[in-house]
Amino acid sequence: MTYEWNFHALIQYRSLLLQGLGVTLGYTVGTVAVGMLIGLLTGIACISRHRAITIPVTAYVEAFRCTPLLVQLIWFYYAMPVLLNINMPAYMAGFIALTLYVGSFYSEIFRAGVVSIERSQWDAARALGMTRNKCLRRVILPQAFRRMIPPFISQSVIQLKNTSLLSVIAVGDLLYEASAVTSITYRPLELYSGVAVLYFLVLYPLTLVAAGLERRLARAD
Amino acid sequence: MSIAPFAIEVTDICKSFGSMQVVKGVSLKVPRGAVVALIGPSGAGKSTLLRCINLLEQPDSGSIRVGDRTMSFTAGQRGFPADRVLAAFRAETGMVFQHFNLFPHMTALQNVMEGPVTVKGTAKREAAELARDLLARVGLSDKTDAYPLRLSGGQRQRVAIARALAMRPQAMLFDEVTSALDPQLVGEVLEVIQQLATDGMTMIIVTHEIAFAHEVADTIGFMADGMLVEYGTPVEVLERPTDPRTKAFLDRYHRFLGAYPHARSRGGKNA
Repeated sequence: MTYEWNFHALIQYRSLLLQGLGVTLGYTVGTVAVGMLIGLLTGIACISRHRAITIPVTAYVEAFRCTPLLVQLIWFYYAMPVLLNINMPAYMAGFIALTLYVGSFYSEIFRAGVVSIERSQWDAARALGMTRNKCLRRVILPQAFRRMIPPFISQSVIQLKNTSLLSVIAVGDLLYEASAVTSITYRPLELYSGVAVLYFLVLYPLTLVAAGLERRLARAD
Repeated sequence: MSIAPFAIEVTDICKSFGSMQVVKGVSLKVPRGAVVALIGPSGAGKSTLLRCINLLEQPDSGSIRVGDRTMSFTAGQRGFPADRVLAAFRAETGMVFQHFNLFPHMTALQNVMEGPVTVKGTAKREAAELARDLLARVGLSDKTDAYPLRLSGGQRQRVAIARALAMRPQAMLFDEVTSALDPQLVGEVLEVIQQLATDGMTMIIVTHEIAFAHEVADTIGFMADGMLVEYGTPVEVLERPTDPRTKAFLDRYHRFLGAYPHARSRGGKNA
């Protein structure tokens, strides 16, 4: 018996799927942007000289890096109302969990980028009379950013795919809409294959851009 | 009250790394406009002393005066002086490093402008003009827009000297600035330092170039085991050393010159 493919469902429900894709992209852009800010601040906080800062920040980073995102989503949506009496709509719980999750990884990328810059660069900047903040802003971060770009893009690619976990708390992302259409049309193979192609079409060009950037930076070094 | 005759006064500086005491109570005075060369075997504490003078290393005890700023440290003292205070102190001295430490993401001109613009708040246009002047002074007018990667070691080190001078420091500190250079590039850097000496810049130079030290320095300090064991004119220290460690060190150097007499010309002007 051979399977007969029929992609009609994809076309019929295209507006629903495109709406889902929009939600996926919106969550990705939003969580990447806010996550980056969190990552920058906590990444720099990690190299502070004050343990009162490094300990809680490290605790946040490791807690989110070392637990599954799926668990975090469920925790924010289902456990917070029960345990802390904090109720929030699914879209917000999803946004917060995804942002804190990606922020913890960006934090590590920022921290690693900063410590990868040679000690001697700090020496030179401090010898000129720069304060710690000026050293960071003018000398260390501009060099560190170039080294952070490849891991940063790689983490963002993963983040886009991770938004598919939103479907478990009923946020209408691409995967959620696809499974909804599946339950109407009974065409799971077509829908999930189509969704995979959509993810690919968004992400593959992004990885090409990343590779190009990396080559350009390698030349500049 | 008249201006203090000494640009730099170092009093009883001690510095340990872990249980290793690297600098053991060194005091020295550098008159305004004078050149002091610090020589001695590797591990004697010369570089650490130099890094203590601009507080890149914080001394465990002792005090340092540069111009009219003084910083004192006492053993067992807790906490650091405020970042701002340290930064302002460091801005009074210019430091040049063995490995140049240029900022690789900035051109030669931007490297030299960075101190005045970021630390002193000098207007960019004015800083650029100053930077051009300084790069001309070290013979690099044609390299203003080059990134450090495109420069030779000697050129990089001259940019680094210009960068330090741009802060108009009270004194310059040189930390083995020719040790990482190919032999044929050493001369161009030493010439720049020689010129600074002629212009009356106060300088402390940590070096292995004994012949150069002899030529350029007013005072030579010999360091061994974390102590300043000899401090006097080049003739006193190099030709009539009193400490056995100085004698042993210079004996080795003279034996080397005996075997390779042409090496002597490297330190001085090659004309």
